[in-house]
Amino acid sequence: MCGIIGVIDRQKQKMNGSGIKEALSLMNERGSGEGAGYAAYGIYPDFEDCYALHIFFDNLVEPKSKVDDIIQKWGRVVHQEEIPTKEQTNLKRSHVPWRYFFKPYTDLMTGSLTPGEDIVKRLVMEINSSTIEGALVFSSGKNMGVFKAAGWPEDVANFYKIEEYEGYIWLAHNRYPTNTPGWWGGAHPFNLLDWSVVHNGEITSYGTNQRYVESNGYQCTMYTDTEVVAYLFDLLGRHHKLPSEIIVKAMAPPFWDEIDEMEEKERELNKAIRLTYGPALMNGPFAIVVATHDGIVGFTDRIKLRPLVVGEHGSRLYISSEEAAIRTMDPQVEDIHMPGAGEPVIGRVVT
Amino acid sequence: MSLGSVPLKYRIQIDRQQCMQCMRCVDNCSYGVFREEDDGNILIDSRKCTACHRCISMCPRDAINLSERPVDYRSHPLWTPEAREDVINQSRSGRIVLAGMGNAKDYPIIYDRLVLDACQVTNPSIDPLREPMELRTYLGQKPSKLDIRKQENGEIELNTKLSPNLELQTPIMIGHMSYGAISLNAQLSLAKAAAKTDTYMGTGEGGLHKDIYPYQDNMIVQVASGRFGVDINYLERGAAIEIKIGQGAKPGIGGHLPGEKVCTDVSCTRMIPAGSDAISPAPHHDIYSIEDLAQLVRGLKEATEWKKPVFVKIAAVHNVAAVAAGIARSSADAVVIDGFRGGTGASPKVFRDNVGIPIEAAIASVDQKLNDQGIRNKVSVIASGGIRNSADVAKSIALGADAVYIGTAALISMGCRVCGNCYRGLCPWGIATQREDLVSRLDPEVESEHVANLINSWTLELSELMGAAGINSIESLRGNRSRLRGYMLDEGTLDVLQVKPVGA
Repeated sequence: MCGIIGVIDRQKQKMNGSGIKEALSLMNERGSGEGAGYAAYGIYPDFEDCYALHIFFDNLVEPKSKVDDIIQKWGRVVHQEEIPTKEQTNLKRSHVPWRYFFKPYTDLMTGSLTPGEDIVKRLVMEINSSTIEGALVFSSGKNMGVFKAAGWPEDVANFYKIEEYEGYIWLAHNRYPTNTPGWWGGAHPFNLLDWSVVHNGEITSYGTNQRYVESNGYQCTMYTDTEVVAYLFDLLGRHHKLPSEIIVKAMAPPFWDEIDEMEEKERELNKAIRLTYGPALMNGPFAIVVATHDGIVGFTDRIKLRPLVVGEHGSRLYISSEEAAIRTMDPQVEDIHMPGAGEPVIGRVVT
Repeated sequence: MSLGSVPLKYRIQIDRQQCMQCMRCVDNCSYGVFREEDDGNILIDSRKCTACHRCISMCPRDAINLSERPVDYRSHPLWTPEAREDVINQSRSGRIVLAGMGNAKDYPIIYDRLVLDACQVTNPSIDPLREPMELRTYLGQKPSKLDIRKQENGEIELNTKLSPNLELQTPIMIGHMSYGAISLNAQLSLAKAAAKTDTYMGTGEGGLHKDIYPYQDNMIVQVASGRFGVDINYLERGAAIEIKIGQGAKPGIGGHLPGEKVCTDVSCTRMIPAGSDAISPAPHHDIYSIEDLAQLVRGLKEATEWKKPVFVKIAAVHNVAAVAAGIARSSADAVVIDGFRGGTGASPKVFRDNVGIPIEAAIASVDQKLNDQGIRNKVSVIASGGIRNSADVAKSIALGADAVYIGTAALISMGCRVCGNCYRGLCPWGIATQREDLVSRLDPEVESEHVANLINSWTLELSELMGAAGINSIESLRGNRSRLRGYMLDEGTLDVLQVKPVGA
């Protein structure tokens, strides 16, 4: 089931985490207290040029020294610390959440147009594909961070002191796990570089999508289908440079019957997308919100088997599983509406 | 000392009380099993029987009974009756044993050890009666990425041009069976069915008879090592062109059409002398290497102004994946893999039963290799060789195929009973024969309906299977091996298929 919510302030005015915590807790009916998480953009202004690597360590001895070794080969650690937490009675601490602020040596990755990103992606894939046991990178973007754990939304938020962070984009997720309950890594949001994803649903095309991203140099390591969404966005957005509405079209394309009825130019475009990006099409029920530093996009599967509601208020755009969650966060919200199946809802930073 | 005769393969018996002496069996059996005596009695020569079931299906009283191997040998696990008989026959003839249809050895069938998935609770299954279900399939090269720019005015501009692709409304096509190997009526029935179901069929290496011209938009014309029937008119008429390097029933050797089946019309269509054996060379003598193949692909494209997709068909052999990767690097648009169960009109038995690998493993390893090399988009993968039902189709696609060819199944839908005597040219069903009286038994109007019914029913079943798995578009089934599980498959095979065992 799962509950999701995302918000962007298009003027980049910051919000602290208290509102989204409350909104997410409202959707506890959709969760089971075994996973919740938050992603926030704009929270590390002091380190805005650094990749913020959030890592779960099982302990700070072996896994940490191995991670230190490998990341120091590829770049410079500007600052590192344990992510500040506060013990919660209902939350069992399974890992030590740590953060590095990291600057890659871009000259080490030759032949890449985006060497910094490619180094960080490589590090994430290498650490997570169990070459280093007891370490898991769960956030790797610039001036943003993911905070997640196994527990109810309010406990996870209080654990990470989420109210103390100020961001202009927030995503949050309340999990009802079936596959990997109690595993911190299995909680959402999933993140790679700038991309964060919250997802309600189950991707029936996972095997196909997984093979597609793997043939393009990604490795799926989280035992859950959501991570593939982050990799698809990175591949189609960063590497193929597709505009976000086209990425959504690739993942949740119109039906052939609809395409056949389109004007020639649009028909050719849609046909080209379906032929080229067939393996990126996501099937099965889902509602997804994806964020990067300059915007968020929400969309559902092609027959809308999961709910998605949109609300606007001034410079703020809300996308959520439930209207009530949006109203909790912003009682003055206007223009509540429900987007059609597969229809992208995009909120972009305008400054 | 004489070797003596081998025992009967089949025994035909007539229940004389049931028989009404209508003589339909006498008229229908082209192998001469039945003879009418002067006194109206029917004499039976069981030794001539091929178990084609024509008499049985035509008998109005169900009076005919057939039993297989009515005479026992001393049982022996190694020296089976078949092994002994082949030795006896070859001692006598000094020749290669010919056989028809697909591999007849008792190898395990991987399809039957793979099971499909369905949705329960965590995601809803999709009901194809009430929701859209997309099986439309495009065969041909796809770009690895699109160049799409958003212009200042917000308009989206597409700067990538697509290569020509075949559009199918179902991922099921009819494989290459030549005019010559099968009758014109049989080919006409298949062609009409392909047109009715919006799919394609192959001409085989037998040219394109003018009676098939009305269906040319649904035909894939084949260029094989004998080059029979190939000229520019032929190439231009096809919707696509297929270069046949090998076939699953006889990897490593060329096609065989016995001279008995080369009548005047066949000889004209193939452009060969009437009555001559049409034995295609084992290799193409202009293709001794992969770069030669790339040249031929380009040559055919050049001849047809780059308007048609060109497929390359190979037999599934041990290094099929590497060969397919080589083909993907040419300008070819699809690679057809024919598994070792693929049918044929005539093949040396030793090849049919012993050379090549199963199609299931071949699909998996080809798809994997292309994926690993990042060139899966460059070719479509078409699988053939032993596909018996819609479940086999679904499993083939889940293993990584884009579409399948069916051959034997389409023939069965026209009457074939898989007796395996196609090379003798006496097919009493009018399929694998050129004898006019036999050919006229097959009515293309009726049989095209049967073939179309078969394709439609499999397509419906495929929709239901996809819907149950929560998938509403065929591209989400393709290569989706996480929706398959292996049951009682060994670890090595599971590893090749990249499929988990049941319960995992």
